[in-house]
Amino acid sequence: MKLEFKIIADLLEENTRVLDVGCDDGTLMEFLKKNKNVDIRGIEISKKKVQVCISKGLTVLEGNAEFDLKQFPENSFDYVVLGQTLQAFVNPEIVIKELLRVGKKAIVTIPNFGHWRVRLNLLRKGTMPVTKTLPNDWYNTPNIHMCTIKDFVKFSKIVNFKIYKSLALMNKNVSNINNSNLSFKNLFAELGIFLIEK
Amino acid sequence: MNVKENIKTLIVNKPLKLDCGQTINEFPLAYETYGSLNKDKNNAILVFHALTGDQFVTGKNPITNKDGWWSYAVGPNKSIDTNKYFVICANVIGGCMGSFGPSHKNPKTNKTYGTDFPVITINDIVNAQVNLLDHFGIRKLFSVVGGSMGGMQVLQFVSNFPDKTKTAVPIACTASHSAQNIAFNELGRQAITADHNWSKGEYSSNNMIPDKGLAVARMAAHITYLSKKGLQEKFGRKLQERDDLKFGFDADFQIESYLRYQGSVFVDRFDANSYLYITRAMDYFDLAKKFKGNLSNAFIKTNAKFFVISFTSDWLYPTQENKDIVIALNAIGADVGFVEIESDKGHDSFLLDVPDFLSALKNFLDQSYKE
Repeated sequence: MKLEFKIIADLLEENTRVLDVGCDDGTLMEFLKKNKNVDIRGIEISKKKVQVCISKGLTVLEGNAEFDLKQFPENSFDYVVLGQTLQAFVNPEIVIKELLRVGKKAIVTIPNFGHWRVRLNLLRKGTMPVTKTLPNDWYNTPNIHMCTIKDFVKFSKIVNFKIYKSLALMNKNVSNINNSNLSFKNLFAELGIFLIEK
Repeated sequence: MNVKENIKTLIVNKPLKLDCGQTINEFPLAYETYGSLNKDKNNAILVFHALTGDQFVTGKNPITNKDGWWSYAVGPNKSIDTNKYFVICANVIGGCMGSFGPSHKNPKTNKTYGTDFPVITINDIVNAQVNLLDHFGIRKLFSVVGGSMGGMQVLQFVSNFPDKTKTAVPIACTASHSAQNIAFNELGRQAITADHNWSKGEYSSNNMIPDKGLAVARMAAHITYLSKKGLQEKFGRKLQERDDLKFGFDADFQIESYLRYQGSVFVDRFDANSYLYITRAMDYFDLAKKFKGNLSNAFIKTNAKFFVISFTSDWLYPTQENKDIVIALNAIGADVGFVEIESDKGHDSFLLDVPDFLSALKNFLDQSYKE
């Protein structure tokens, strides 16, 4: 099990209603269903992955979060989870607002573009960084809106949402992010995990 | 072989008040079953047929001697696995495979009903079929499943009987017949009634059938079941058993010959008046109407788990219309999954060998059955 999924699970309360946006093959959904006894739904854009979810007995809608979240009424979920997909949307601002309209809380994870390897890669080679977690070239990457942990924190002030909890994942260690260590985490964390509220 | 011997019939003793105001009594409902009902009676699936289907879902249809209309999806180890589930399917009222319909004899006049048969609705069709549950002593079905008009019946069934099924699978359908849907049906009805043989629906007294009109109706409808791409790939401009155009009005093109054939075999198995009545029932279908235009309210009382399926190339009941059902269900927090299956076989995809569809249906049912 990916450590990221365990961290997400720890952020959720049991027996709640959860929506997994961009649920992929349903691995996180299954994990949360089993360990947190949540009533969970998923949205996934890939037909193939929707089929995989169905074969696992998961309730999944084929759809695009950018357009299809609007069918859910306000606060229809206790938590909305968005795992490493914010950067793939045409308009991340609308998506974040939608997440917080549909869910009482949202859990957003972002691959940190401020990581030192990414920075070094660009500095040394002078070409767009290709790393283990971001394996695509600039022209074929689905990640069109990459951001850093610092960017996301700044984003929360611009779009006006509260960051309730922020965690950094670095070398398989989880740690809290706060104002004083933000620059450090922004350089060393591979992943930022945020529990946010309106 | 006596045809009737092969048709199981339930005589419904409970009076059924139709939407048109008339009440029907002691009417026959023809049905077929596959697989066996388990001891707990919780493995039953009610399958609803489409416009020209019948109760013979799979195996050999004993009347037509052809494969059942949903042989790809229903049978041992198939999507709707008859080793596991007890499948029930009834011929819709208004139909012509044994259930109460316009070709039945009116005891008052001693002639067939023809157009004296009451106009029926999807609501009436579903209300007639629910009697089968009592007949088999089934309190709650495991699932209701159907494509096209069968999907409309799924939606109506869950709305009318919110606690009588655990799951519901509406496929390639709509909650409300569109102007385009009505237009195509009207074209078919006009073709039938314009046929001189139709004689205001009393053709059976004259020992005639409006075969030309019914065939044209079928040809027009058949085009709507296929996609442009599918037709182009299968037929293109290929010529029918000739090397060049004949400069006449015979079937020069394969597509013409194909449609003529489809029309001609249809008239042998389907009653023209039934076609009028059933297409009318589809046109009248607008599930939200009773709920002041709010489709969500049609489903507010149910806890059923839904799985909505559409097809990319279906332009008769396009994905958006299927998605509208999903949206209505999500608005009330219902348990609903949705997938659009990639297929260039048009609306007919649900009847054909489309592996992604067949596996999605199977996985949904088998996984839900475990819960």
